[in-house]
Amino acid sequence: MTGYLAKRAGQMVLTLFLIVTLTFFLVQAQPGDYATFYALNPDLPADVRAQIKESFGLDKPLWQQYLVHMKNTFTGNFGVSFGHFPRPVLEVLAERLPRTAVLFLTATAVSFYIGFFLGKAIAWRRGGVLEYAATISGATLFTAFTPAFGLMMIWIFAFKLGWLPVGKFLDPLIWRGAEVSANHVFSYMLVTGAAFVAFAFLVLLFFRRSGRIGPAPLVGPVIGAAALAIPVAWAFSDIGFLALDILRHMILPIVTLTLISFAGTMLLTRNSMLETMREDYVMAARAKGLPEKVVRDRHAARNALLPVVTSLVYSLIFAIDGSVIIEGVFSWPGMGMTLLDAVRSEDLPLVMGSMVFIGLFSLLAHVIVDVLYVYLDPRIRYQ
Amino acid sequence: MITPQPDQHAIFGEPPAGPEPPLVDLHPGRSQMAMARARLALRSFRGGWAIFVESRIGVLSLATIVLFALMAISHPILMATVWDAEVYDPVTGYAFDRLEHPSPPNWRHPLGTDPLGRDVLSQLLSSTRSEFILGITAALVTVGIATTVGAVAAYYGGLVDSLFMRLADLIIALPGISLLIVLSALFKLNLFYLALIIGVLGGFGGTAIILKSQALSIRVKPYIEAARVAGGGHFHIIFVHIIPNLLPLSLLYMMFTVTGAIFAEAVLSFLGLLDLRMSWGIMIHTANTGGYLLGGTRYWWLIVPAGASITFLCSAFYLVGRALDEVVNPRLRRHTA
Repeated sequence: MTGYLAKRAGQMVLTLFLIVTLTFFLVQAQPGDYATFYALNPDLPADVRAQIKESFGLDKPLWQQYLVHMKNTFTGNFGVSFGHFPRPVLEVLAERLPRTAVLFLTATAVSFYIGFFLGKAIAWRRGGVLEYAATISGATLFTAFTPAFGLMMIWIFAFKLGWLPVGKFLDPLIWRGAEVSANHVFSYMLVTGAAFVAFAFLVLLFFRRSGRIGPAPLVGPVIGAAALAIPVAWAFSDIGFLALDILRHMILPIVTLTLISFAGTMLLTRNSMLETMREDYVMAARAKGLPEKVVRDRHAARNALLPVVTSLVYSLIFAIDGSVIIEGVFSWPGMGMTLLDAVRSEDLPLVMGSMVFIGLFSLLAHVIVDVLYVYLDPRIRYQ
Repeated sequence: MITPQPDQHAIFGEPPAGPEPPLVDLHPGRSQMAMARARLALRSFRGGWAIFVESRIGVLSLATIVLFALMAISHPILMATVWDAEVYDPVTGYAFDRLEHPSPPNWRHPLGTDPLGRDVLSQLLSSTRSEFILGITAALVTVGIATTVGAVAAYYGGLVDSLFMRLADLIIALPGISLLIVLSALFKLNLFYLALIIGVLGGFGGTAIILKSQALSIRVKPYIEAARVAGGGHFHIIFVHIIPNLLPLSLLYMMFTVTGAIFAEAVLSFLGLLDLRMSWGIMIHTANTGGYLLGGTRYWWLIVPAGASITFLCSAFYLVGRALDEVVNPRLRRHTA
């Protein structure tokens, strides 16, 4: 396992290296360079232009520029953003990365759960009304034009019903008198969320080890109590109302992203279930007289899960792309919106930086899926 | 004595009349081989069609695609006969007969006009054609590359295989839309380049891996060994024996590529990053930059036709792909044949 992880980490660094190389040469291949971008001003004398070129290192040969760029990238020096001058790229990205991570991880987890649950159900009762309804609505949502769908959600829930805010990360009216920064509050929220997930996982793991079939009776109440305690604790803290404001802004993008991405998992689970349902062990389980629900959940679905997890990589990439679009539509200031803004204002250092980080993001997702797979399938032991 | 099997008659046709005709024609001529191939293809097509028709969703989606194809064909015809180019041109036309734009649907403009006074129906129909061109070009490029790469990687194995597969891993790891956003910012992308990029990325990426795993199972089939024993070269075996057997699965992935290509074009056009004259994404972009999108249902004709077209055409191709999956993959079928 350790050796396997080391190998994967090595591959990851290599892939990251290739992504950095790719972005570098793409930027080089485009017409014009950094210096002309700044020096297009006709009032600039020739020697000033040369000076600008020199300060960007553009008077050196290409391979030297490439080496410098590579060294800078891997030492965390992404340069200074043009658009957010004089903030360094890394600082801008570090502020926005957690926002994207929350949006994307929550939506992926929820849509995976819903997709797996529905896919299991429609495969089990093949040909029913539920199958047609779920397949058609799922595929429609899956292929729906994301920006238009996002705007429709805003129109319904924010404009017509007025339940949720229209977009953006926070409401300036609420934050006007606040003494803490949004990132401060948001990082506390992140810590709380992560702690809750870890706690729930540990509880499940602990009670599962006791050798029972099915969830132990205590699991629900314990996790439920924790889930209740968190909002109460937040309500008594003096930044509770600020956190609530961020939370309200988070709901609509997460729901939208979930709706467009659950169908992939659902349709795949259905196919995978149809294959496992024909296996002999499912018939054996039925013959033993086990209840239908146990046969479905613990014999068929458990084995149907494996190919679904393998393809989780694809759905993760789909969700990363989806979150880029969703962030643009909802003005959610994460990586995706940073990329879009940087692209529109030709903020090249920021474009390269966010592309590298989005690449890093998907690589990490890859590795997590691999590790998950080892955990789920005891037949696989990586040497 | 060898008696001719009825099957072989059906496949190779009646043995040619001549002096002492052999009971089984062991060296059928080129035209006879072609005939036999055609009959086999027809037979497998009929069998596949029967399974495909069983899926109601698949048939419905195929009908949707045909409908869109008719829409694409109808535009040049309408422009040549009924529609005046000055009024109905999708990009430069102007509806002089309406006082204010965007104007709601009426008899002369069945889907109304856009904020710049152009006929929405004409835009919709003319975009359909470019979406088909884009989708099919991208799909052909993807499948051409992926089939070749998959077959070559599976056949040779070793270094070639791991080289192509690492490349595919790299491409899968890249989020496509984000990469296309960066590319469209750095370079001027038109429809053809976009199709080419999507095709190349898809062809060397995930599709190649899936087709390779299929090619691996074909490579160990007895007929490949027979071809090798009969003296077939590498090139012959790959292109005559492996690739034709990959084609059904390739067709399936063509459908998914079309969905991806149309979707990517729409998103990039919506963001205003492409160098195109007219497309469904640009129609929504125009409505959005004018601020009409949050008008909700009031200006529905600016959003609904284009948005619904994107969704319907994308999901139609996707669902046809899924119905084909049941044809190609026997384990998904309702009855075992």
